[in-house]
Amino acid sequence: MAMEAEKYQIDLGNLMAYDPSHHFQPLPLSREELSKQCLEKGTELVQGVVNALFSLPSTEDLDGPIVRLPEPSMRLPREKHLPRPKPPTKWELFAKMKGIKNHKKDKRVFDEQTGTWKRRYGYDRVNDDRDVPIIEAKMTDEPGEDPFSKRKDEKKKRVDKQEKNRLQNLKQAFKAGDLPSHIQLAATALPITGTQKVIPKKASKEELEGVAGMAATATASGGKFDKKLPGEKPAKHTGKHRKFLPVVEGKGMGAQEKQQTEKILNKLMARSSHDILDVDRAVTMFNVKKEKQRKREKEVSVSSTSNKLKSKKKTFKRPSKKKQ
Amino acid sequence: MMKIKTPKTLKAKRALDKRAPKLVENAKKTLILHGTKTSYVLNAVLAQIFHLKKGLAVKFSRKNENIRPFESSGETSLEFFSLKTDCSFFVFGSHSKKRPNNLILGRMYDHHIYDLVEVGVENFKPIESFKYDKKIAPRQGSKPFFAFIGENFESVDELKHLKEVLLDHFRGEIVENLNLTGVDRAFVCTAISSTTVSFKHCAIRLKKSGTSIPRIELIEVGPSMDLVVRRHRLPNEAVKKQAMKAAPTQPRKIKNVSRDEVKGKIGKIYMPDQQVGGLALSNNIKGLKRERREGKTKDKRDDHDPSKKMRTEESQ
Repeated sequence: MAMEAEKYQIDLGNLMAYDPSHHFQPLPLSREELSKQCLEKGTELVQGVVNALFSLPSTEDLDGPIVRLPEPSMRLPREKHLPRPKPPTKWELFAKMKGIKNHKKDKRVFDEQTGTWKRRYGYDRVNDDRDVPIIEAKMTDEPGEDPFSKRKDEKKKRVDKQEKNRLQNLKQAFKAGDLPSHIQLAATALPITGTQKVIPKKASKEELEGVAGMAATATASGGKFDKKLPGEKPAKHTGKHRKFLPVVEGKGMGAQEKQQTEKILNKLMARSSHDILDVDRAVTMFNVKKEKQRKREKEVSVSSTSNKLKSKKKTFKRPSKKKQ
Repeated sequence: MMKIKTPKTLKAKRALDKRAPKLVENAKKTLILHGTKTSYVLNAVLAQIFHLKKGLAVKFSRKNENIRPFESSGETSLEFFSLKTDCSFFVFGSHSKKRPNNLILGRMYDHHIYDLVEVGVENFKPIESFKYDKKIAPRQGSKPFFAFIGENFESVDELKHLKEVLLDHFRGEIVENLNLTGVDRAFVCTAISSTTVSFKHCAIRLKKSGTSIPRIELIEVGPSMDLVVRRHRLPNEAVKKQAMKAAPTQPRKIKNVSRDEVKGKIGKIYMPDQQVGGLALSNNIKGLKRERREGKTKDKRDDHDPSKKMRTEESQ
């Protein structure tokens, strides 16, 4: 079959066949011919794919034989990023640490007060605050307080706290980049993007101190003579400090100035020096070589003519001992 | 300011969940739109591409003057549309004197432009100009075969990119199980020269042959056009790396752990070979301790401590 002769690259997962070896050498003049050739070649390629496809194991179904396609060999890019792992919520972290496991709860609970089965949550629920007729007074209670409204307030506080915690968890998830898909952020300052790249960060204490210091020293006198507000600490000078040598050199340290200038000079000279090539040495070597060559040439011209055949330029290190 | 918006109805929640990033993704939708000026040919091209991709495409009919895909500022509108319609492919048509019948095929990653290929359409033949038996017409949504012919698809950079983009655009849904009776279309792309690709859409007719594998006959059906590659933009390397990251296929196999009914969970630990001969004897070889040294030199007949004696003997 023609398939064996030409090698196709078949990607069954994509139902694709590629023939890299086809050349349109004699370029057909008319479009019909070109089109016919394309179709012919195309038929061959598709036949190749179909052969491979029909040789896969198939299961019979109502509509017809169903084949399980392999993975496509040509990988194509994804549409959206891979789902990022959600950061665990505060409760999840706590539960993991304490080893608390989640137990499934029943929807119906027996209510002690009324002696009936009620829902755990919802319309007619267990332990509802409204169902409590009498609250007994405790020793710690103040006379003017209303315990019923106190209970209501407590519940409200609990609900608010829970809502705050939920929002905090969502903010953490947002920072990690994986907000649950059904939750959106009302964009007031956010760009409409899938990936959050620019998030206005809250300035940290160090950053604010740094900026305040910079602002304080940005005056004509360098911030030395400005009036300071009550409670303001002097600005920390975090810039470079210059080192000045002592005016009179003590006994222990000698030639500090010499050292300083030497250091600077070395740095300067190092730029113009070549690490790999030692210029002086190279020059002397070259001169020595040249001298030796001249010596040899003189000898050659003096010696017999048999040496004329040999090349005058000898590149051996040692002088050749073939002199007559 | 971060204000959290949650959907109030279940339907809205389901719609949002559908658009969320997943391990195994949905079929990508295509957005078809055009710029300020289009030609007769281009209008037909866009309409027929929409027809080919019915069900997974959205066609905009208005002209968009602020969309210029190859310019940095002209892409924001496209990205916004992509976000709103949840389309990761787009086909943008425009016509100008410099670039007649221009078609830009593009892909998006995370609703940002991933890569672009600009082609010019020549020798366009619409579906209506082909005569064929209506019974073999390919059905909507069937998975197509692809045939790419020509060495230029490998050697020329632009054509390589175009091949990938064409494959991605027209391959339809990614399925695991395929019904063999439902294969009825093929796309044949031939690299005529180093810049042009002839694109044909054909219907497949299966004929009886001696063996169980049928013989294929291709009948040209749909739009046929020559695509001349003009410009292209390859994806950014970092973005490409991220986009090509595949989801981990299977969880890692836990090795060397087994369960026994009697003992419970058993694990195997493999110890490396212990080279007894090569071990160092003791840590205190370097120089004897002072007491021992003195003891050694002073009195050899020190029988008070037998262990001490043994040590000195050993060190000799």
